[in-house]
Amino acid sequence: MMAMAYSVSSPAPLAAAVGGFFDYNTTVVLAGTGLLGLVSGVIGSFAVLRRRALIGDALSHAALPGICLAFILTGQRHFTALLAGAFATGLLGVWTVSFLRRHTRTKEDAAIGIVLSVFFGVGIVLSRSIQSMSVEGSKAGLDNFIFGKTAGMLAEDVYATLAAAALIGVAVVVFYKEFKLVSFDSDFSTVQGWPTLLLDLVLMGLLALTAVVGLPAVGVVLMAALLIVPGAAARFWTDRLGPLLCLSGLFGFLTGIGGTLAGVVASDIWQVHLPAGPVIVLAGAAFFLLSMLAAPRRGVLARLLELLRLSRRVAEQNLLRTAYEMTEPHLPRRAPFGIDDLVRRRSWTEQEARRLVARAASRGHLVPAGPERVVLTTAGLERAAAVVRTHRLWELYLIEEAAIAVDHTDRDADRIEHILPPALVSRLEERLRATKRLPAAGPGIAAGIALDVGDIPPSPHRLEEGGGEEPKIEARR
Amino acid sequence: MTTMLMEWIAAHRLDLWTVVVGVLANCACALLGCFLVLRRMSLLGDAISHAILPGLALSFILTGSRDALPMLAGAMAVGVLTAFLTQTLHRFARVSEDTSMGVVFTTLFAAGVILISQVRAVDLDPGCVLYGLIEFTALDTVPTPLGEVPRAALTLAAVLLFDLCFVAILWKELKLASFDPALATTLGLSAGLVHYILMAVVAGTAVAAFEAVGSILVIAMLIAPGAAAHLLTDRLGRMVAIALAIGASSAVFGYWAAARFNTSAAGAMAVAAGAHYFLAVLAAPRHGLVSRGFHRLLMALRIVREDVLALLYRWGEARGDVPLPKHDVHAALGGGPVARLALWVLLRRGRILAEGGGLKLSERGKRRARDLVRSHRLWEAYLAKHLGIALDHVHAPAERMEHYITPQISEALEKQLAGTDKDPHGKPIPGVASDEG
Repeated sequence: MMAMAYSVSSPAPLAAAVGGFFDYNTTVVLAGTGLLGLVSGVIGSFAVLRRRALIGDALSHAALPGICLAFILTGQRHFTALLAGAFATGLLGVWTVSFLRRHTRTKEDAAIGIVLSVFFGVGIVLSRSIQSMSVEGSKAGLDNFIFGKTAGMLAEDVYATLAAAALIGVAVVVFYKEFKLVSFDSDFSTVQGWPTLLLDLVLMGLLALTAVVGLPAVGVVLMAALLIVPGAAARFWTDRLGPLLCLSGLFGFLTGIGGTLAGVVASDIWQVHLPAGPVIVLAGAAFFLLSMLAAPRRGVLARLLELLRLSRRVAEQNLLRTAYEMTEPHLPRRAPFGIDDLVRRRSWTEQEARRLVARAASRGHLVPAGPERVVLTTAGLERAAAVVRTHRLWELYLIEEAAIAVDHTDRDADRIEHILPPALVSRLEERLRATKRLPAAGPGIAAGIALDVGDIPPSPHRLEEGGGEEPKIEARR
Repeated sequence: MTTMLMEWIAAHRLDLWTVVVGVLANCACALLGCFLVLRRMSLLGDAISHAILPGLALSFILTGSRDALPMLAGAMAVGVLTAFLTQTLHRFARVSEDTSMGVVFTTLFAAGVILISQVRAVDLDPGCVLYGLIEFTALDTVPTPLGEVPRAALTLAAVLLFDLCFVAILWKELKLASFDPALATTLGLSAGLVHYILMAVVAGTAVAAFEAVGSILVIAMLIAPGAAAHLLTDRLGRMVAIALAIGASSAVFGYWAAARFNTSAAGAMAVAAGAHYFLAVLAAPRHGLVSRGFHRLLMALRIVREDVLALLYRWGEARGDVPLPKHDVHAALGGGPVARLALWVLLRRGRILAEGGGLKLSERGKRRARDLVRSHRLWEAYLAKHLGIALDHVHAPAERMEHYITPQISEALEKQLAGTDKDPHGKPIPGVASDEG
C-alpha cells in the first residue's frame, strides 16, 4: 500500500514519454518489461554463449530462500533487503554448482538440478514457516516471486530495473573484451593470465542481479526464459559478439513490450485475461521461432534452401556427366541419346529423368533430337566436359595418391566432385600433369571444345553402353 | 506391546499414510533418476516436470475431467514431446543442447500456465503444482479389502511397481544405453528408442508423483538420490538400491522435520534429499571430499617425511655425523602444521633422533633415506642421459618423482644406466641399502 502511494505520487517521467497513450499502470508495466527484456537479453547472451543457459534457471530458483530469509530477518517486505537476500543466495547457488562440478564426481547437469530443487525446497520451507509465523498475509507477497505479478509492477520495480540496466550496461562496455574472451575461450583467457574465475563470477553476479530484479515481475521459471530465449534467437542472425548483444537486447525489449501489449489487447478486445509473464515468454518464443526459420545463414529455411540448391546442382551435373559419357564414344560427333538410356544408367525414375532433361533444355544444355531423344548442345558439351573432367581428375587422384581401389573411386568421386573448388581442381591438374597422368591431348580437344576446359583424362573404368562398369585390373595397385 | 503399537499406528494413521505416499513417490522418482543422472540428462527431468503442465491442462480441457488416465496420457505425450523438441532443435537448428532445453521447457511451461489460467475452476493451480498437496493426500481415501487406503498411495504404488518392472525388464538395455550409447547402437539396440521410452516413463512417473508431492520435490527426487548414490558406489545395481533407500529416508526425515517445524512437507523432503546428497559429497568413501582430503593429507605427510629424511641424508653426506639444527630443518620445510606433524611421527618411529638442539638420522632412517636419495639421483641420471634434459632442469622433476619410485623401477633404471655411479651433478648414487623401508 505504501509502495502504491509512493508510486502514484511520484511524477513518472516514463508516463509522459508515452504521452498518455496508455493508462499509468500499463505504461509502468510496459517500461518495466521492456527494460527487463533488454537487460536480460544482453546479459543472458553471455550465458547462452558459454553453454550455461540453464544456470539462469538455477539462479532464479536459488534466489527464493534469500527472499524468505531477508523477510524473516527484517520482518517486512523491504524491497532492497529482499533483493539483497535473493542476490546473495542466487550467487551462493551458482557457486555451489561450480564447486560441485569442479570438486566432486557430480556432473554439471545434476549439480544444476540439485541446487535448483534443494534451494527452492529451502525457500518453500521458509516461506511456509513465514506464513505460519505471521498472520499479515505476507504469503501473497512472497508468492509473487515464484510466479511473478507482471500486472502489479510498480514504478520502484522499474527504477530498480533501470539501475540494474545501467550497472550492467557500464560493466559490459568496460569489460567487453574480457567478457568476450571468457565467453568464447575461457581456457585461452586463463593461459593469457586473465583472472578467468573472477570474470566468470562478475558475469554470474550480473546475471544474478538481472534475475533478482526480474523475479517479482515474471517469476522464477519465466525469468529463466527471459535470460535464455533472446540470446538464443539472436544467435541465429550473427556470428559476432557486438551485433549479437545489440540484437539480443532488441529482441528482449520487443519481447517485453510485445508480450505486455498482447496481454493488454487480449483483455481489452477479447475480454480474455491472460497472465502477463507467460504471454511475454510466448512472445519471446515467437521471436525464437521466427529467427530459427528465417535467419539468413543459420536459419532452418536458409539451410534447407541451400540443401535444395546443392541437390539440384548435383543432379544437373550428374545428368551432364552421363550425357557426356554416352556421347564420348562418338566424339567429335554429338550423337543423340534416348531418355530411357539415362534411366538405365542412373538410379533415376523416368519422371525424374524427364524433369532433369527439361531443366537442362531450358538452360540450353540439351536440345530434343527426334522422339524421346536429346542431344548435347555445344554449350552443354563444354559444361559437361568440365564436369567430367573434375570427376575423372578426382578419380585419378584417389587411385594414384590415396590408393583407393578402382571400383571404389566412382562413388567417392561422385560425392565430392560437386563441391570441389576450382583452385583445388587446378592443383589436382598440376599434380597429375607432373606425374604424366594427364594426357597432352584428349577427346576434349578433338571435339573442338574451347581451350579453357582443358584436357579430359580417360576414365579409369570401362564405360559400357548400359552402365556396366568394370575396373581395369592393371590400374589397381 | 503389540496393542501399544497398534494404538500408536491408529493415532498416527494420517501421518503414516503421508509418509507412505512420500516414500512411494520418492522411490519411483529416485529409481528413474539414476538413469537420468548417468546419462547426464538430469535437466531433462527438470524440463519434463515443468513441461507436463500444458499436457495436464490440455487433457483437462479436452476431457473435462480430472481422471487419472487422460491426465497421464497428456503428460506422457508432452513429456516425450519435450525430449523430442529438445533433440530436434539441437540437431536441426544447431542450437546447443542446454539452450534448446531451456527454450523448450520454459515455452511449454508458459503455455501451460496460460492454459491453466483459463480453466481456473479446478484446483489445478500453479501453486499446487509446485508444492503439491502431500499433507492432504491421506484424507482422500478409497475402500479396499485392506481397509481405507489413500488414493494417491494406490496410484503411486502401481506406478512404483510399474517402474520397478520396467527397470528390471530393460535392465541390460538401460545399462548399456546409459554407459555407452554408441556401443548400444552398434550392437543393434537403438539408444534413441531406449531414450524416448525412458522419457515417457519419466513423464508418467513425474505426473503421478507430482499430483501428490509437487513438481519441485519430483525434480529433487529425480536428481539428488541418483547423484548421491553415484558418489557412493561404482556399480549400477548398488547405485539403484542406494538411491531408493535415500528416496525413502528423505521422505521419512523430511516429513518428520516438516511436522516438527510446522512447514511444507514437500519442501522439507526436498531439503532432506539435498542433505543426503550433501552428506554423500562429504563422506562418500572414495569420491567424498573428506576421504579425498584425508588421502591428500596422508600423501602430504609422507612426502614431507621423506623430504626430511633426504634432507638429513644430504646434510650428513656433506658434514659427516653432525646433527642439523632444528630451526634449519623447519626453515627448509617451510614450517606449517603438516611439517611439524611429520617430524613428530619420524621421531616417534625412531627414524630420526634429536641430539642437542639438532636432528640426525637413526640407522633405520639412514637406510630409508639412502633409498630415497638413490631414487632421486637415478632418476636425475636417467633424465640427463636418456632423455637429454639439461642439467639445471633435472632436479625439480626428480624431487617430485623420488616419492613414487618403487624398488622395481629403481632396478630397471639401474639397468638402463649400466655402471653409472654418479648423478649428473657429480654426487655418488648410493647403493641398495636394505630390504627394509
